[in-house]
Amino acid sequence: MVGSILPLALEDITLRRAGKVILGPLSWVLDGAGITVVMGPNGSGKTSFLRAMHGLERVNAGRIAWAAPLEAVRARQAFVFQTPILMRRSVVDCIAYPLRLDGVARKTARARAAEAAAKVGLGAMLEQPAQVLSGGEKQKLALARALVRGPELLFLDEPCANLDGRATREIEAILRDAREGGTRIVMSTHDHGQARRLADDILFLYNGRLVETGPKAVLLETPTTPEMTAFINGELLP
Amino acid sequence: MNDIWQGLAQALRLVLGLDADLIEISGLSLQVSLGATLIASVIGLPLGAWLAINRFRARRVVIAVLNALMGLPPVVVGLFVYVLLSRSGPFGVLGLLFTPTAMVIAQVIIITPIIASIAHQAIRDLWADYHDLLISLNTSRAQRIRTLLWDGRRALMTASLAGFGRAIGEVGAIMIVGGNIDHVTRVLTTAIALETGKGEFGLALALGFVLISLAVLVNLAVHFLSRTERSGRW
Repeated sequence: MVGSILPLALEDITLRRAGKVILGPLSWVLDGAGITVVMGPNGSGKTSFLRAMHGLERVNAGRIAWAAPLEAVRARQAFVFQTPILMRRSVVDCIAYPLRLDGVARKTARARAAEAAAKVGLGAMLEQPAQVLSGGEKQKLALARALVRGPELLFLDEPCANLDGRATREIEAILRDAREGGTRIVMSTHDHGQARRLADDILFLYNGRLVETGPKAVLLETPTTPEMTAFINGELLP
Repeated sequence: MNDIWQGLAQALRLVLGLDADLIEISGLSLQVSLGATLIASVIGLPLGAWLAINRFRARRVVIAVLNALMGLPPVVVGLFVYVLLSRSGPFGVLGLLFTPTAMVIAQVIIITPIIASIAHQAIRDLWADYHDLLISLNTSRAQRIRTLLWDGRRALMTASLAGFGRAIGEVGAIMIVGGNIDHVTRVLTTAIALETGKGEFGLALALGFVLISLAVLVNLAVHFLSRTERSGRW
């Protein structure tokens, strides 16, 4: 049995696209429990930061070191995209898909997927095509699919962007449940309110650099950098 | 115009009278074309999917060649297969020339590029949608291909039906490798060519109507069985 995949250490990672540095050099260690919220204005590198940790982007320099072998790391983390990627399947089959990849029998996988769907409030829509769900329901489906394997670490890229207040509240409740269940969460958001409601720690990126990080209470009340201070005060950063 | 009405009436007479020859050549037409479609789909669908998700040096050249092969002249394919299967050819020992098997081989060569090209296009679009998800879920290459083939099955069915449409209406290649031998390799298209040559336009048209009806029926049956319209939004 492999132990925890955490801590995750980013050592001077740099990500370039078309010759331009879009992230880094950046060092950070992810450990412990709870929800880390990644904040920053558009283009600050939040999405690239999450994708690099998850393995969707290959860093050009630096090192990403996990506490477990890469195979275990890949199997025990999940990612929820800003725009949910939905398969051309029913709700229950979409959620069951990761289990089927793991070799779980179809009947068992669908039963577990139905449980996961019920937890996120999609229990009455199991056989509906995923493509016809509303925006909030699609994001809940994506969350259920990400959580169905019981990941140790969950990345979410602005999961509530474009959702109304009710859908946002439902998604946040699911995330709190996941945190209580022991899932370590790293998510990005623009929304200061959401950061206040959900975050245990905050990490602030600006122009691809890690500007400031720390516990929510400290960072939101007494930011030490001019960029974070301006961002918290709602000022437009250059 | 009179010939067309006569042809339609004769077609009805042949069908309603369960004409033995018509049933035989219609059955062989379906057998050869469906067999060729099945084999070409088994080759072409995974090939299209594989080309959609793999990046290699000659990929663009392979895709361009595949697209170009969609326009393969059937007569040339027929000639090529004829040479290969003739007694003096490398596969002459198999004794396949002028058999339905030779006709299937020729049709497979003609329609595989069509099926693979359409499948490639459909799977490429689906792969663009699914890429991040399937990478994120740490899928193997085989799992990706299986997933894309399954989720793209309706578009792929269209690819196979396009191949079937080409096969059932094909005449040049199967005339050369089948020889249009009565009760052995005569199919609807070769019979139409024969009757037209003899000046029997009414019978040729009748066979033409039967051919079109068969093609439509097969398409309808496949759509009905796969319930395309009932879950069209998937």
